Amino acid sequence: MPGPAPDERMRPEGRRNSQGIRVDPEAEVTHEPRQAVLSALVKHRPGVLSEVSGLFSRRQFNIESLTVGPTSDENIARMTILIEEPEPGIEQAKKQLQKLVPVISVMELEPEAVRRELALIKVGGEKPDDVNAVAEMYDGQAVDASTDSVTVEVTGSKQKIDAAVEAFRQFDVQEIVRTGAAALERGPTTLDKDD
Amino acid sequence: MSERASVPAEDEQADDESTEEQAPVTTGAQSVVRALENAGAEYIFGVQGGAIMPVYDALYDSDITHVTMAHEQGASHAADAYGIVTGDPGVCFATSGPGATNLVTGIADASMDSDPMIALTGQVPTDFVGNDAFQETDTVGITQPITKESYFANHSDTVGNDVSEAFALADAGRQGPTLVDLPKDVTQGETDVEPMAPSTPDTYDVPEEADDEAVQEAADVLADADRPVILAGGGVIKADASNALREFAMEYEIPVITTMPGIGSFPEDHELSLEWAGMHGTGYANMAITNTDCMLAIGTRFDDRLTGGVDSFAPDADLVHVDIDPAEISKNVYADYPLVGDARAVLRQLFDAMPRAPDADEWREQCQDWKVEFPMTYEMPDDEPLKPQYVVETFSDVTPDDTIVCTGVGQHQMWASQFWEYTEPRTWVSSHGLGTMGYGVPAAIGAKLAAPDQEVVCFDGDGSFLMTVQGLSVAVRENLDITYVILNNEAVGMVRQWQDGFYEGRRMASEYPWIPQFDKLAEAFGARGFRLEEAEDVEDTIQAARDYDGPSVIDAHIDPGENVFPMVPSGGDNGLFALEEDHLEML
Ligand SMILES: Cc1ncc(C[n+]2csc(CCOP(=O)(O)OP(=O)(O)O)c2C)c(N)n1
Ligand SMILES: [Mg+2]
Repeated sequence: MPGPAPDERMRPEGRRNSQGIRVDPEAEVTHEPRQAVLSALVKHRPGVLSEVSGLFSRRQFNIESLTVGPTSDENIARMTILIEEPEPGIEQAKKQLQKLVPVISVMELEPEAVRRELALIKVGGEKPDDVNAVAEMYDGQAVDASTDSVTVEVTGSKQKIDAAVEAFRQFDVQEIVRTGAAALERGPTTLDKDD
Repeated sequence: MSERASVPAEDEQADDESTEEQAPVTTGAQSVVRALENAGAEYIFGVQGGAIMPVYDALYDSDITHVTMAHEQGASHAADAYGIVTGDPGVCFATSGPGATNLVTGIADASMDSDPMIALTGQVPTDFVGNDAFQETDTVGITQPITKESYFANHSDTVGNDVSEAFALADAGRQGPTLVDLPKDVTQGETDVEPMAPSTPDTYDVPEEADDEAVQEAADVLADADRPVILAGGGVIKADASNALREFAMEYEIPVITTMPGIGSFPEDHELSLEWAGMHGTGYANMAITNTDCMLAIGTRFDDRLTGGVDSFAPDADLVHVDIDPAEISKNVYADYPLVGDARAVLRQLFDAMPRAPDADEWREQCQDWKVEFPMTYEMPDDEPLKPQYVVETFSDVTPDDTIVCTGVGQHQMWASQFWEYTEPRTWVSSHGLGTMGYGVPAAIGAKLAAPDQEVVCFDGDGSFLMTVQGLSVAVRENLDITYVILNNEAVGMVRQWQDGFYEGRRMASEYPWIPQFDKLAEAFGARGFRLEEAEDVEDTIQAARDYDGPSVIDAHIDPGENVFPMVPSGGDNGLFALEEDHLEML
């Protein structure tokens, strides 16, 4: 086909980054991943969980935890999803989530929102008193005990649970189970009223 | 509903419904059929089978025309094409298990191209679900990621509503496919509940107009631009915004580039048209899209075949992005001025908000110069075999403007889009996002039934044609006046082109010298077959095929060495498109 070769053509100056954002040579902006807590009200019906988790996996959103549970309305469930993504990814995740038909509303919670996780930690039963002492340090409590094992329950922020799990490592840890985060906005704000 | 069909179609529907008494429904299946009737469905493309038999039985008493297809894949593509041409959801039926899985390709295709379509699938009775029963598959699970929503009907009383909602959802907002899975006990079960009128789910919002302030800001930026372009995507056609686009572009004299799905949204014979951009788009469109300083993009999702590498995509441009789907905003390319709304409504808003036309005389001249510098021409030496471009161009020249062109996927698809002149919306029916070989044969069937008064031509590849050739039996049975043109290069040519360009000519599994004689195959099906080898016979053969009242197949033996240019290699820079093989090495 006729026409000037590629290296003989008019060229623009600019450039975009891999996220399609124009790069300002003066102020190179990079988007570091950050954590975001998405809270979604969804119709309580079969298949919703797989629809949401399928969305996150097929669009390669980096998901840290997903919890789902009932709300005060029996037809509606709440999902709390912790993701770690650069800013554009977080925006995409919110919009894609909102697009799913069973999703009623989506909101990203403020960083200072109340976030709680729960962990059950089963350790050997040799030193029950020491175990209790550590549990107390983390406002936890023993919820089951036998001659061979003690199971402790701890609730709190992710950081607190991380620290607690670390502290219990001094004992013979047999098993740990952690929930993902449950979270609510501080103050009177609710998801229902907002959207 | 499409721009051209909207007024008469609405009237007809009103007439039909007011005069006809409808018998009350007695089963879930009847409620399903009633829901389709209420939604205005005229055709169903499908294949029978055990789990969906109750619904077919209910169809026995309906005025909806069922077109029995030779393969469920064809049913989904025919419904898809019907949806593209009419603007209303096409309907396809399949039984459970293999019937449903055969539909999957067409559903995924409709999903990628936002084509309105509803698929109804039979399912084993509710009590058997989960037992790996005969012909059970998790159809909802398989199709959830490739539909706007897949419904599992769980009760005879509500199954009609499920279908009504799925129909409305396929049509509303950003169009796309929906599916309702119909367990046999649910359709067989008794009910006297009439389905509700089609309405979208209560959680589904469809934006209309964009925010006024945002529109004003975008209009100001566009008016200030030195090198403005409009990029019109498939969404312009879907929103019936082609007229609004013409008015806007012509009033403010802004050059228009389309995406491939946007072909037909703006007349290619207009001075402002630069035709389409992307991997095999015109040189002038790709130059303009690369050098623009302000792009008004409407109804496009910035597919990588359009953008090439995003790092070099319109790198100087302020981007105004109009889309009805907020999730498309800044998904692939960052939008400086996002306008969420219906394309037609927002174009009208922008029209009113523009303070003045951009001062872009120089830029328009530059665009015209590029048309001269990078003409879409081809060579046709006497000693070389028939050129595919010539076949397409000749056909385009002799047919009316509203002729519908369908295609398979491959080189032939690119030649059909490059060398045919498109001037009207809903005349280009192709598989873009999914790139589905085999789309052409059944798509032409759906298109012809959707527009019986328009001529329908299908440019197909020898490889693509073979994938759905059984559909020819349907075209013959229904006596559909379609002209299939196989641009036969005895190869999966597009793959061969990439092997030659990027794999040192190692032609692994791309040449098919053993393909059948398609003219004879066509005759065996009961269609007319033509064999075409010489350039001098092109016009006469096209004429003979067009004159034949029924499906005809032209087996056009083209130059097997012909390649598609211009070409932007995958992930490359649109401005550095190759015009010939040698240029690829420079990139
Ligand atoms: C279903 C499917 N399988 C494989 C491909 C990969 N593919 C893309 S183009 C192409 C060649 C198509 O051959 P043909 O239909 O003869 O068209 P040509 O390129 O020769 O014009 C192939 C194999 C595809 N797009 N779709
Ligand atoms: Mg071929």
